[in-house]
Amino acid sequence: MRTEALVIAEHRLGALRDITYELLNLPRQLPDVSATLCALLGFNIDDLAKELANYADEVLYLNSEHLKYFNSEAYNEALTNLIKERKPRLVVLGHTSMGMELAPSLAVKLNMPLATDCLDVKSIEGRLKVARQFYGGKVMADMVLREAEGYIVTLRPGAIGPAKPRQTPGKITKVDIALSEPKAKRTVGYIEPPPTEVDITRSNIIVSVGRGIKDAKNIPTVEELAKMMGGVLACSRPIVDKGWLPKDRQVGSSGKTVKPKLYLALGISGAFQHIMGMKDSELIIAVNKDPNAPIFNVAHYGIVDDLFKVVEALKEQLRKLKV
Amino acid sequence: MDIVVCVKRVAEHAEAEFEVDETGKKLRIKGAAYDINEWDDYALEEALRLKERLGGKVTAITVGGDETEEVLRKCLAKGADEAIRVDGEAIEGADAYVIAKVLKEAIRQLSFDLILTGAQASDDSYALVGQLVAEMLDIPYATLVKKLEVLGEGWIKVHRELEGGLEEIVELKTPALLTIQTGINEPRYVSIMGIRRASKKPLKVIKAEELGLKREELGEQGSWLRLMNFYIPKVERRAELIEGPADKAAQRIIEILKERGLLT
Repeated sequence: MRTEALVIAEHRLGALRDITYELLNLPRQLPDVSATLCALLGFNIDDLAKELANYADEVLYLNSEHLKYFNSEAYNEALTNLIKERKPRLVVLGHTSMGMELAPSLAVKLNMPLATDCLDVKSIEGRLKVARQFYGGKVMADMVLREAEGYIVTLRPGAIGPAKPRQTPGKITKVDIALSEPKAKRTVGYIEPPPTEVDITRSNIIVSVGRGIKDAKNIPTVEELAKMMGGVLACSRPIVDKGWLPKDRQVGSSGKTVKPKLYLALGISGAFQHIMGMKDSELIIAVNKDPNAPIFNVAHYGIVDDLFKVVEALKEQLRKLKV
Repeated sequence: MDIVVCVKRVAEHAEAEFEVDETGKKLRIKGAAYDINEWDDYALEEALRLKERLGGKVTAITVGGDETEEVLRKCLAKGADEAIRVDGEAIEGADAYVIAKVLKEAIRQLSFDLILTGAQASDDSYALVGQLVAEMLDIPYATLVKKLEVLGEGWIKVHRELEGGLEEIVELKTPALLTIQTGINEPRYVSIMGIRRASKKPLKVIKAEELGLKREELGEQGSWLRLMNFYIPKVERRAELIEGPADKAAQRIIEILKERGLLT
């Protein structure tokens, strides 16, 4: 029986991404996987291939000018050929901006059942069982994939820890590929987020607001609290989507990752994308009306109450201190 | 520019409570409002703006029972020209793969330059249906789109939102499918007048079985994923709860901050 797992490495602008190490850890948790292969697609990134060899039995290094920038058309073509040839039992990608572009296409082209955004993957009697979240984590589900020769899963970032390096590095195999110029998709380039007025990552104290703030007109009162505490104001994604605060204030996987001494989360429910950006803060205090809000799973202290009441009470206390 | 927008009716979970029934396979949802999936609302808005600028037609499509028509009515009220609901028992137990097969067959019969849909749905968060539809129709796609520009000569340019605030700029040949990220625009509200006017707009119902898909391609048997059971996750709460009222809680917070030297 073929029991190889193939991990698709993620890298951007010359560096491997954290998710890659987590993906490499997954096959090790599946007892019936005998070898971990790791596909690296890019152009002249030998150093990354060497690094990956510390974590995989074999690195399949696809080196081509057409793979210099991420282009899902080119990447899909290269990976489809590779998977057809190596026939891995399991293909592992991240539930990321890259995995989202690749996995569905591969699944259809190769007729391999796909489970996305998995928190856990187990193999039972040759079938693959995954754990997923529904309704923002309020409900979990165990699901089983339809029986097939090979499966694809995408793993949520942060769901499992990173792999530890191997005692002896695996081998690096250069895979020859003839790729055609992408016809329907052209990668133009990347834009870095513009330099910011306030760099929230430098602040020791962050007061952060979420959907619970209800209205743009309520922002100043919380900003005032942030100032009184000697901190800065930040927010979760919906606040930026609504245009109430600029993008450089957003904490989370598509915004900033922060590690302040104090993170005061006000009216933030705690979607995993947000948690990813603040979970390593030294002290997390959360205020939310909903006692079941996932933010309380990462907070050190929680207050189940109306955020405005708590904001006013805090200001009152701080004023007393000043006197 | 003719645009098809795939939408989904979802239970908004922020304020809702969930229970798993005796079978372990169904949820009892209390206190949820049902509405168009937030990401799809942004996709619809983007389609309407393109239509208003460039002309053409916007068709909203969903897969589901009678109850999903309220979402299609809302799309029509906001400015969509036509709506299609694909119905059928064949959808019972269906996963994203089956929904995509059904949508693909329904959309294949329409004329379109673009297909837009939300980058994910708030209920099951597969982030999958759009890409599958595109792949099945063999048209290019881009996910997590935060900006969209029509270049002419059958090409569009989009900005994709990557991790850490970085944006990737990609050009695609139309017809193409885009999955839309929240924040790309500001979705409009519907007026009562709009809803009234929209009641005259066409809403077509198609049976999934009539789309030429075989029985085994639909429902649970046509799915990649089969539900074993739902469960409510054990509370792994780390937070020590500070009891109210607010002024007492605030006092306690100040004490904690003082202990840690966080107040100067």
